Amino acid sequence: MSPVLEVRDLRVRFGAMAAVRGIDLAIERGQTHCLVGESGCGKSVSALAVMRLLPRGAKLEAGAIRFADEDIARLPERAMRRLRGDRMAMIFQEPMTSLNPAYTIGSQMTEVLRTHRGMGRAAAVERAEAMLARVGVSAPGMRLGQYPHQLSGGLRQRVMIATALLCEPDLLVADEPTTALDVTVQVGILKLLADLKRDLGLAMLLITHDLGVVARIADVVSVMYAGEIVEHAPAGQLFAEPLHPYTRGLLRAIPVPGKVKRGEKLATIPGIVPRTEAGFRGCAFRDRCGFATYECAEPIAARVEGAHRWRCRLEAGWREAA
Amino acid sequence: MLRFLLRSLLLGALVCSTVLVASFLLSRASGNLAINIAGPEASAEAIAKIQHELGLDRPLPVQFYDWAARAAHGDLGRSFLFHEKVSSLIATHFPVTFRLGVFAIVLALVVALPLGIAAALLEGTMFDIAIGAVALLGQAMPSFWLGLLLIIWFGIDLHWLPIAGVETWTGYILPSFVLAFVAIPVILRLTRSGMVDAMRADYVRTARAKGLSRASIVLKHALRNAAMPVVAVSAVQLGFILGGSVVVEVVFNIHGLGYLAWESIGKGDFPVVQAVVLLFSLIFVGLTVASDLVSALLDPRVRGA
Repeated sequence: MSPVLEVRDLRVRFGAMAAVRGIDLAIERGQTHCLVGESGCGKSVSALAVMRLLPRGAKLEAGAIRFADEDIARLPERAMRRLRGDRMAMIFQEPMTSLNPAYTIGSQMTEVLRTHRGMGRAAAVERAEAMLARVGVSAPGMRLGQYPHQLSGGLRQRVMIATALLCEPDLLVADEPTTALDVTVQVGILKLLADLKRDLGLAMLLITHDLGVVARIADVVSVMYAGEIVEHAPAGQLFAEPLHPYTRGLLRAIPVPGKVKRGEKLATIPGIVPRTEAGFRGCAFRDRCGFATYECAEPIAARVEGAHRWRCRLEAGWREAA
Repeated sequence: MLRFLLRSLLLGALVCSTVLVASFLLSRASGNLAINIAGPEASAEAIAKIQHELGLDRPLPVQFYDWAARAAHGDLGRSFLFHEKVSSLIATHFPVTFRLGVFAIVLALVVALPLGIAAALLEGTMFDIAIGAVALLGQAMPSFWLGLLLIIWFGIDLHWLPIAGVETWTGYILPSFVLAFVAIPVILRLTRSGMVDAMRADYVRTARAKGLSRASIVLKHALRNAAMPVVAVSAVQLGFILGGSVVVEVVFNIHGLGYLAWESIGKGDFPVVQAVVLLFSLIFVGLTVASDLVSALLDPRVRGA
């Protein structure tokens, strides 16, 4: 079966800054692919590029985005509009501001069905109500008449999810969908996304900086650093045997309750993310890496072993010196 | 909502009374009506007699109280010069100014809204910069001067439009344009900045992610939010326009309230001046309260509270 979404060598630039430097991604039906990394690593830009929603000033420089049997990287805006909200949908980090404060939930949901399905008002309202019920919103009929400010953050995110799923898309892109929510609400939303993915056979691209979220929901993980995917593996494998020094650093930086002692410093990765301009060569992590050698300033080829892919001079099975 | 309304009404009443006291004092200080009526050659006794007849020799607080008490009962007194009731003077002059004001604000909105939206969508382009420059120029141009220029171009040189008076509806075109010219930059800039913000807002990104048409994104999702402050400011601008009609009516020789005010100020006809000032301040305060109310009604977050 061919993947729902296949991204090849995607490159995005903001002026001289190379924000995304040639990433590859493939997501199959019923699969949750987590793109994880710290702020500014290019993960959100990659997600927006897939939806062709890059902000002004960002340029989709190169790459192929295969979706629904065509390369949408160069598709005209008019054709993209037909796909967005219908075959591919997106939800965002800020459920507070992502809904229009001036319109009711019902109006913002039904317009999707009217646009893509040409549905009449009554049919659209009925469908919207059913979808709200499906994502676990209580009293869905009443919610349709409410405005965003009358809903809690968790409810708003459920509304966003319901709206995204109205046309039964093949691909759902979720950009930090739980980051702005309370921890208890986060769990509910993640569970809902997992259920929906299973029931509807969605392909889901989930962007997050939170490895806790990854552990909960991911089937496949791609770790991004400075615009590149530095490691890619099935979730279980990545947590069991991370191979890129950056991934190891990230995992070590997670404080584990019970193991962290009071007064002891939490593990961090020293240094800062470099600015990667066009023409940057070699491993972007080398200045922060304890294993870097002169080789790391040269272009690094990806190593592949089964489903595990990493971009480092170190071979599988390397051990840190004790 | 009720508290909000009561508060704005109270503030409005305070503004009105302050304006009235100030205008009362200023008009008394600016000249002597009795001399104007009696003529420059009149004897001191004749002037004193007229002053006594009109009650102008009484202490100022008494005069003010007397006027205010009558005004509160709807009696605005009689004009000293026109020998007519002030209320009927206002009734004949007000419709002209009102029509002028409404034409002007409609014209301002029709011009400023589309240009503001276009400038926002073309943010940073030559078009946007040119619009901004023209708006700045418009704000800086005195309206009496613009009025005179237009009279010369369209009235005298081209003979397209009348240069004075409003005997036909074409007479309203030039003066409403001059009045609108003051409001256009304000509305245009507000529309532009509101639209620029709205087009960058998260909910517009959501609308794009939903695959909505460009028209729906701009006119439904962005404009609705950008329009809230524009509506409020337009109401206040209508107040400014009515106030600005004093200058424009004089330039175009239109016998509306502004002209009446100018004439009676020049001749010290206090009852008329006070009545016009009262009316203008009531209208202005009324429009301000209305604009608060309308913007509250447009915003669901305020409406429900």
